Amino acid sequence: MRRLLPTFLGPYRWRIALVMSLVAVQALGNLYLPSLNADIINYGVIRGDTDYILHTGAFMLGVTLVLGVCSIVGVYFGAMTAMAVGRDIRSALFRKVMEFSQQETNVFGTPSLITRNTNDVTQVQMVLVMAFNIMIMAPIMAVGGVVMAIREDVPLSGLLVVIIPTVILVISLVALRALPLFRSLQSKTDRVNQVMREKLAGMRVIRAFARTEREERRFDEANRDLTATQLRVNQLFAMMIPFLFAVMNLSTVAIVWFGGLRIDSGGMQIGNLAAFLQYVMMVLFSVLMAALIFIMVPRAAASAERIQQVLEVEEALCDPDEPQEIAAPRGVVEFRDVEFRYPGAEDAVLCSISFTARPGETTAIVGSTGSGKSTLVNLIPRFYDVTSGAVLVDGVDVRNLRQEDLWRLIGAVPQKAFLFSGSVATNLRYGNELADEAAIWRALTISQAGDFVREMEGGLEAEIDQGGANVSGGQRQRLAIARAVIKEPKIYVFDDSFSALDFATDRRLRRALKAETAESTVIIVASRVGTIMQADQIVVLEDGEIAGIGTHAQLMKECKTYREIVLSQLTEEEVA
Amino acid sequence: MSGPMRGQGGQAGQGGLGGPRRRRGPGFGPPGHMAMMPTEKARNFRKTVRRFIGALAPEKYRILLVLVVAFMSTAGQVFGPKILGQGIDKVMDGIVGKNVGQYFPPGTTHEQAVELLHQMNSPLADVFASTNAIPGVGIDFGALASILLLLIGLYVAATIFSWIAWLTMAGVAQRTVYRMRRDVDEKLARLPLKYFDTHPRGDTLSRVTNDIDNIANTLQQSLTQILTALATIIGVLVMMIWISPILAAISLLVLPTAAISTMLIARRSQKQFASMWERTGVLNGQVEESHTGHSIVKIFGHQEDTIRRFDEENESLYDASFRAQFISGIVMPTMSFIGNLSYVVIAVLGGTMVATGSMSLGDVQAFIQYSRSFTMPITQVASITNILQSTIASAERVFDLLDEPEEIADPTQPVVLESVSGHVTLEKLSFRYEPDKPLIEDLNADVRSGEVLAIVGPTGAGKTTLVNLLMRFYELDKGSICLDGTDTRLMRRDDLRRTFGMVLQDTWLFGGTIRDNIAYGCDDPTEEEILAAAQAAHVDHFVRTLPDGYDTIIDDDASNLSQGEKQLLTIARAFLADPQILILDEATSSVDTRTEVLVQKAMARLMKGRTAFVIAHRLSTIRNADEILVMDHGQIVEQGTHKKLLAKRGFYYDLYNSQFEEAVAEAG
Repeated sequence: MRRLLPTFLGPYRWRIALVMSLVAVQALGNLYLPSLNADIINYGVIRGDTDYILHTGAFMLGVTLVLGVCSIVGVYFGAMTAMAVGRDIRSALFRKVMEFSQQETNVFGTPSLITRNTNDVTQVQMVLVMAFNIMIMAPIMAVGGVVMAIREDVPLSGLLVVIIPTVILVISLVALRALPLFRSLQSKTDRVNQVMREKLAGMRVIRAFARTEREERRFDEANRDLTATQLRVNQLFAMMIPFLFAVMNLSTVAIVWFGGLRIDSGGMQIGNLAAFLQYVMMVLFSVLMAALIFIMVPRAAASAERIQQVLEVEEALCDPDEPQEIAAPRGVVEFRDVEFRYPGAEDAVLCSISFTARPGETTAIVGSTGSGKSTLVNLIPRFYDVTSGAVLVDGVDVRNLRQEDLWRLIGAVPQKAFLFSGSVATNLRYGNELADEAAIWRALTISQAGDFVREMEGGLEAEIDQGGANVSGGQRQRLAIARAVIKEPKIYVFDDSFSALDFATDRRLRRALKAETAESTVIIVASRVGTIMQADQIVVLEDGEIAGIGTHAQLMKECKTYREIVLSQLTEEEVA
Repeated sequence: MSGPMRGQGGQAGQGGLGGPRRRRGPGFGPPGHMAMMPTEKARNFRKTVRRFIGALAPEKYRILLVLVVAFMSTAGQVFGPKILGQGIDKVMDGIVGKNVGQYFPPGTTHEQAVELLHQMNSPLADVFASTNAIPGVGIDFGALASILLLLIGLYVAATIFSWIAWLTMAGVAQRTVYRMRRDVDEKLARLPLKYFDTHPRGDTLSRVTNDIDNIANTLQQSLTQILTALATIIGVLVMMIWISPILAAISLLVLPTAAISTMLIARRSQKQFASMWERTGVLNGQVEESHTGHSIVKIFGHQEDTIRRFDEENESLYDASFRAQFISGIVMPTMSFIGNLSYVVIAVLGGTMVATGSMSLGDVQAFIQYSRSFTMPITQVASITNILQSTIASAERVFDLLDEPEEIADPTQPVVLESVSGHVTLEKLSFRYEPDKPLIEDLNADVRSGEVLAIVGPTGAGKTTLVNLLMRFYELDKGSICLDGTDTRLMRRDDLRRTFGMVLQDTWLFGGTIRDNIAYGCDDPTEEEILAAAQAAHVDHFVRTLPDGYDTIIDDDASNLSQGEKQLLTIARAFLADPQILILDEATSSVDTRTEVLVQKAMARLMKGRTAFVIAHRLSTIRNADEILVMDHGQIVEQGTHKKLLAKRGFYYDLYNSQFEEAVAEAG
């Protein structure tokens, strides 16, 4: 919070100064009103001076009106500034994350980045709204109230020495007990949610194993636990609030008694007693407000901290100062003795990888999970940077290219096909904004998506939900492939992009692609042998190293790992 | 008597009750923030309210107690100021008495002094008349003490009553909410699977969490608040009229203005907040999409465009939230202006009345206090409509869930099969998910103990339907499924399901240790049994490579395991459960080849000696199956053995060729 706010509040400092002074004026005005009230009693009521009452009353009303105007102007600029700061933080975060490479995204994880960009910002924003009003108001009112009370009568102010510490003590005691309870309340709520989420996700399995009763017990435990904690929190507050009111009320009684004594001894007037009462109440309420702020602030501070962490990341990948350009791109991809390891990792994910993928050829990459297939293809668009060696496109190290120039050459279909909310057409135009309808249909036909898109309500204009949630996995993959096809890239990267297709569709799709990609470099990561058998070149990965490179026939003869992979999917007789 | 911050302070204090809040937005806000979340309206308000009251029935005596005690707890607020006013009068008497004392000989009575002052035409005459002062006599501390003692007694009693009310209500609220959550959970167990297949999970989840939380908050805070607010309003009103009908009439002119203007502003800000939340939703959606599709955005060169769209949305969120905050922020200044207005009017009029002797100072003081303590309950009552509406809407959503049609109950006298051989007969099976879309019509199959039935077909052909029927996740429309000759509908569902073991593609693991996950299908297995199952499923070695072995905790979404490893764990689970009949889903699309070998071996071993229904993708499985059901577009199109179906040269023949011929040919 201390680091985050100055940066973002800075541009608004004059506005903030204005808001603060307006709030200060309000506080002072509110402090002034009771003393006017005292005057009305002392000089008007007691002396029976109706004119004085009317004059002072009109003045009071004027003060109130000024306060109201101040307050509205203050709220206007306060809300404007707080919301603007929220907007700025959100925007800065968003831009920052957009610049991130895979490596930095992995550090936080996508869900966490989303929360930081949304909820955390809202949290900070809400505290700002309150801060602009109460955080400034409360201390002024508290201190001002004490000062004014002392001005009304010094000896009577001695009561404050008893009252204020009592209130603070009660609040701190409650806060001390409540804060840990709040935390455990959160984790217990999460627990109930988690059990329920699991149950909803696994309903089939739970019933298949006849485990309904056990699940009910599990939920009941979490439920009881949550209920008990919630009850304790609520009981705590149920005790505190009436108690605080009692303290205030009993303070009033004490003030009237001791005030009476003071008046009797001629040390003070009765109007001052009324004013004194009001000041004490102001002080007590301000203390209460301040306490509530103290409960809010830690939560916002945690949010601010999480935001700051993202903003502070230094991007590992930047464009070169003097970028090279590829004059006539062909799409040759070369891995030259590439090694890659995650920061701080002991073992390299990839080690001494060298091969070249040429235009017009299909290069397939196979290997078991964890052998580094996806990592390998992620090095081509520089989602990660190699830790030694180099990845070259048309002879140029990718690190010497502007990232945008590099990306323009690549059509990628990631493992998890991701679609954007919009229509089929807008999703395809993501690949090429200028594509006309004919081009879109052509791409859809190649990716074997033409049939189902035609069947969808609205055809090309059919709605796609965020992430592509309303189409099946196979359809999602085919649309993602079409999006890459329409871009007409020099380099195609398919990262296990056919996995959700049945064999027949898979085969038809690869045949159609073959014609389309005659001039492009195609790199396919696949786990299905059928998908890759026809590739011009197969790279077999094992534990991050190349176990063999060659055609299907060559590798069947020479590469033991490859043979194992093939035989795991096809029986001996099918291969033979 | 409390400063202009009273409304604000009290509100915020009570907003803080009950800890973190959901639906109504961040907790500790000024009144305008109370109803920040969009309020939905219940479809049938009255009916839901009646039912909601019904849900409170088990607590009726406690609620009655709260009702009584909450009313009594307002005594402090209702009678306090009047009594305090009397105290102040005693002080006033003393002051005036002393003041006037210098003009009169000791022993002059009040009446005599009034008479004399009038004769002297003193401006003090009227003020003096309004008191009970006796010339020369100072403050009567004895009388003051007894008044203040009474007041202390009143406040202490009120506090005790408040404690009783709040504490009782805390219990009532939490127990009610506990029961609701439990009811919903138990209801979920009785709902047919169809419900879960057709309702988004997030929606059901939010009924259990957000909606019930919302109800809890209302029960905990708003109900007590409203009770006390109403009692206070009535009590204070009576006291005000009693003290001074004229001033009360003036207050009654001012206060409704306050109430109405608050409500008007609240309604406008409600609209603004609704638009703010809508914009927040849109923006959050955009952030989510952009971050999730991050690499796609970049590689397709859409960064600029994405940022531009984000900026637009961000700007319109800024506009909406600024407007919402501003309008809601006006509530407080307006309230305090109106409060001050009524204060000044009362002070002026009251002061005049004291000066003219028609009212005592203590009464004016009391009256000012009353009119102050009026604003808070009025704001509370003004905001209650929104709160009640959203609560009842929440309650309705919960009740809707509780009203969903349930599964047909298990038979009262179920058939219990002693030992199951695994002979499954499907007779004239008919089933449709939707009444007008025929799916399975007149299906017959006889799968004897130890045989394998394979279900094949292209993606999306509806191969899991049969699984749904076998496990009685869905009910048949016509025909019957018999297990060892017994209609499965005569059995308890749990008994039936225990005879089946299921390994599906979408593996389900729960947050817990690997050991607990394997042991899921079995009551209290021994360590040896778990290890044996893990070994049989070829997962033992892999588990041992994990840092905590069998005690390794699997996350919420089991992201620390690969798909293949998860599948092996579910196979181990099936081994341990040792069922007579198996349902397997072979597809292993995202499993890598090495693990796939293991999965395949494990499945083969698991199938040995058991009846199996297999959603088959592998040629070997299909060829060796005793019976094959060929499905397309959700219907069974062909049925028979591999040889018979090939000979038929129909759909299966084509499917088989397209899927496997290539693989076979190319592999050669």
